[in-house]
Amino acid sequence: MALDILYFAWVRERMGVAQERVEPAAEVTTVAMLVDWLAARDADSGEALADRARLRAAVDQAFVGMDASIVGAREVALFPPVTGG
Amino acid sequence: MIRIHVGREAIDLTVEMMLAEGAAGTGAVATFTGLVRPDDGVATLELEHYPGATEAALRRVAEDAAARWSLGAATIVHRVGPMAPGERIVFVAASAPHRAAALEACAYLIDRLKTDAPFWKRETRDGEARWVEARDGDAAAAARWEA
Repeated sequence: MALDILYFAWVRERMGVAQERVEPAAEVTTVAMLVDWLAARDADSGEALADRARLRAAVDQAFVGMDASIVGAREVALFPPVTGG
Repeated sequence: MIRIHVGREAIDLTVEMMLAEGAAGTGAVATFTGLVRPDDGVATLELEHYPGATEAALRRVAEDAAARWSLGAATIVHRVGPMAPGERIVFVAASAPHRAAALEACAYLIDRLKTDAPFWKRETRDGEARWVEARDGDAAAAARWEA
C-alpha cells in the first residue's frame, strides 16, 4: 500500500527530498523495518539513514518508537531528536 | 481558552498578553519567552517544523496544562523560519485564578513543548550552518511532570 514518507532537518537534507511516496513490501510492518527497507534501496539512502540511534519517527503525525507498527498507516515521518522552544 | 499559533511573523507580546489577561477568571498570568541568544556567536537561527503535527502536539500540551491546573487560558506561540539574535522564538502563557497554578503551568508548558513538539533548530555561525543537538536536560525537565 502507498505510504507517504516525510523527512525533516538533517534527515531531509541527507535524503535530498522532503517527501516521497513508497510502496514497501507487505512484510515491512514496523518503523524500524521501514527504515531498513528505505536504506537498502540505494547507497545514498543507506548513508542518509545510517545513524539509526539519532533517528526519531512519527506515524500518522504521532511520535512513536522504532518498534511501532506501520500497518495501515498513511504517513511516516523520520527526523532527528526535536530541538524547539 | 487554548491559543496555539505557529508562524513566521514576529511574536507580538502586546497582543498575546492582552489575550492571556483577558481569559475568563484570570487573576494571575505567568509567561515564558525564549529568545535567540545574542551573545554566543550565532548569526541566524532557523526553525523548521512539521506542519499539522506540530500544532496538534502543542494543542495536546496546552490542553493537558489547562486541565491539570484549571487554567482560564493556555497560550503557546512559536515562531518558525529564520530569525536574528535577540528575537523571540517562543512565548507561552498560563492564565489562572492564582499565581501558584499559573507559575507551575507555565513551566510545564515550556518543558513539555521542548520534548513533545516537532521543531528543529539550525544555527549559522561564522558562515557555517549546523543542526542543533537535543539536550539531555530537556528530557529530564519534561520527565519531572510525569505523575
